[in-house]
Amino acid sequence: MIKLTARAWAGGLILVLASVVGADQAIKSGYEYIKPETQLMQDDDIENPGFIAVEEGRELFNRMPDSGKSCASCHGEGGAKLDVKNLARYPVYDKALGGIVRLEDRIRNCEEKQANTEALPYYDHNLLALETFVRNLAKEEPVNVQTDGEMEPLLKKGDEIYHTRYGLIDMSCAHCHDMYPGQYIRGQRISQGKGNGFPAYRLDTGEMANLDLRIKQCLTLMRAEPFAPDAEESKLLETYIMAHSNGLKIETPAVRY
Amino acid sequence: MKTVSTLLCLLCVSVPVLASDDAAVPPPEPYCQWEMVNYSIPEPLCGLKGDAANGQKVVLDSARGNCLACHQLPVDGVEAYGTIAPPLAGIANRLGEAQLRLRVVDSRHLNPNSIMPGFYRDPSLINRPAAKYAGRTFLSAQNVEDVIAYLETLK
Repeated sequence: MIKLTARAWAGGLILVLASVVGADQAIKSGYEYIKPETQLMQDDDIENPGFIAVEEGRELFNRMPDSGKSCASCHGEGGAKLDVKNLARYPVYDKALGGIVRLEDRIRNCEEKQANTEALPYYDHNLLALETFVRNLAKEEPVNVQTDGEMEPLLKKGDEIYHTRYGLIDMSCAHCHDMYPGQYIRGQRISQGKGNGFPAYRLDTGEMANLDLRIKQCLTLMRAEPFAPDAEESKLLETYIMAHSNGLKIETPAVRY
Repeated sequence: MKTVSTLLCLLCVSVPVLASDDAAVPPPEPYCQWEMVNYSIPEPLCGLKGDAANGQKVVLDSARGNCLACHQLPVDGVEAYGTIAPPLAGIANRLGEAQLRLRVVDSRHLNPNSIMPGFYRDPSLINRPAAKYAGRTFLSAQNVEDVIAYLETLK
């Protein structure tokens, strides 16, 4: 009897431990890690500051440039002709362009090649607004990045970057976002570092950040030299993170710390 | 010709900026080699003596030790702290000075996959530091010794 009880105890303990250890293993949106008041802010389109970017982006999307061709000229007023399933696949592998194309790369490419205007610089306020607007059209769609074919070797390279230590603080993405999600760094909870909410409004900076800018901000915090926005490393890392967000619903514009 | 003069102009502008940056940031201190003995570092870095009161300042300063990012510390008035790493209350009862020194200097020698930054890790081992941190350690040798002196008071 005593033996049985001891065994039951041990079994129970193992179950409890397994559930604690496994608690953060299921893939979760950053939404699950923000404070309840931040969740409320995100859920309310009026309270959510990211919707300012959505509206700015909508205006830019429809606005006719001097070249006589706007985004809406091809994609319909307010992006009516854009396929949300296709938007949820970004970043994509583009054979014609010979590599990974993120949503911001696609917008810049359209500006240059289709609208015959100068592409907005990376991290430009208006480019972020456009990206936020377009991505928001696919809100609630599950992220669906290609993981086979040409993407497979690229994701392996992204995996390597994700697990490489950078900067004076000498941590990899995995050190925080794979090993300690749910734990706190100072008062802030560590998320799994998923990309489904981006571009997101950041409470820390008071500005929008797309995933690439968010990664740059992380690397700067690690006292590392960030990758250039159009560097291959940036594209590989973002693609790896988005592919590991597959299945999570797009929340753009999310509100994040 | 226009390009050349533009380039020259850029140089005129950038040189003074660089010079003033250099003036603001002192060059990195020379790195003192240390020896690990039985998973500890018995000798103080560069033979320096630590100051516990300054150590507490370094520990709490988010631009220097930033220990609270990950650890809980028994300091009054501190509310926000991290839960990644063990709380440090009573740490001096569990680890001696030489053991603490290795953990602060470079805990990677105890756990190669540790998330804890090496506060006096050999700068040549740091991957892709931002330009202003190149060749530097996270903390100066003196600050490391100050932190150890402070941690020894946590009994």
